[in-house]
Amino acid sequence: MVGILVLRELGVLIVAIMVAGRSGSAYTAELGSMKMREEIDALSTMGLDPIAVLILPRVAALVIALPILTFIGSMAGLYGGGIVAQFYGDMAPAVYVQRLHEAVSITSFKVGILKAPFMALVIGIVACGEGLRVQGSAESLGKQTTTSVVKSIFLVIVLDGLFAVFFASIGM
Amino acid sequence: MSDEEIAISVRDLVVGFGKRTVIDHLSLDVRAGEIIGLVGASGGGKSVLMRTLIGLLPKRGGEIEFRDRRNGAGRRGVLFQQGALFSALNARQNIQLPLRESAHLSPGLLDEIANAKLEMVGLTAEDGDKFPSELSGGMTKRVALARALALDPALLFLDEPTSGLDPIAAGEFDALIKTLQRTLRFTVFMITHDLNSLAAVCNRVAALADGKIVALGPLSAVLASDHPWVRAYFHGARAQMLHLGSN
Repeated sequence: MVGILVLRELGVLIVAIMVAGRSGSAYTAELGSMKMREEIDALSTMGLDPIAVLILPRVAALVIALPILTFIGSMAGLYGGGIVAQFYGDMAPAVYVQRLHEAVSITSFKVGILKAPFMALVIGIVACGEGLRVQGSAESLGKQTTTSVVKSIFLVIVLDGLFAVFFASIGM
Repeated sequence: MSDEEIAISVRDLVVGFGKRTVIDHLSLDVRAGEIIGLVGASGGGKSVLMRTLIGLLPKRGGEIEFRDRRNGAGRRGVLFQQGALFSALNARQNIQLPLRESAHLSPGLLDEIANAKLEMVGLTAEDGDKFPSELSGGMTKRVALARALALDPALLFLDEPTSGLDPIAAGEFDALIKTLQRTLRFTVFMITHDLNSLAAVCNRVAALADGKIVALGPLSAVLASDHPWVRAYFHGARAQMLHLGSN
């Protein structure tokens, strides 16, 4: 139960929400302050495309990092589950590992990890888009950062729901 | 005469946001090799005009033509009001960025060029290692100017180059622009509120009011204009203090 839950849903979802909170807000604030200080305009006047120079690398980094973080997060989740099972359920670690082995299939793992790059894409695009929408003031920067985090967490959860429907329909 | 050659020709330019028209059928010729100063009320569209010329804002109508056929034509340098240096890069890397993106040069050559540009604007090679957050206001402007000059532009746009500088630094910056312009022969389009810089640096002054150029010419000619806003601007109390309005 713990194994399936963590691998399929919780691992990727919690990691995505955390990343939306810390990296997403960082992206928005970073791009927003660049926008405020006219750095983005300066880039355009040099003939550089801000989307290619600023946004693509950031989104690509998230797309690569989120599956890795999801893997680490899931492993940590399973380890935590083991500890709880040992102290509250008096289950020996060896038994836990064996049960896990029986319950968890490679499919659960695949479902979880497959979702990660898409969530990264959503977080990255929302965060960067909100960053570019910042107007001249510090107030707008704060507002846009908040919007970015709220929006990306919301979209990540919606996306997770859509994936659940999708995976159910293809029988994974 | 080469001085009369037109660098930028603007005809019937209209720019606006939503229902508001900021620039209303504006026409202006910028001559090659001159320093033209643009004055106007705050929020009156000076920056909008400049940003439209650079291509950062879309125009609703009219024509903007860059006619300079000299070597390096089409290359434009822009100095933004707050410098707009990339905060993640140090001063030298900031200057090198436009070069790095437009040509494949060896790191050694890039450093040499950047150091030359730093020297040109009165900074030392050591200043190149500083990050924008460690630079003073005047130094930031100088580095930004060096970056704007990195590609040896034929046309330089300056957005309030002396704002936020003390009178001494502003005077030095004015002198720097004038010297560089005289040596490198580029055209300067500059927005300014600094009456001293208008008097010291600009060959011609254009006054922007109600979305149009209401007075254009050497400072003395603009001073003689009887447009109410221009009179209020140049003959107001602050201008009187500089003894500009008295003559």
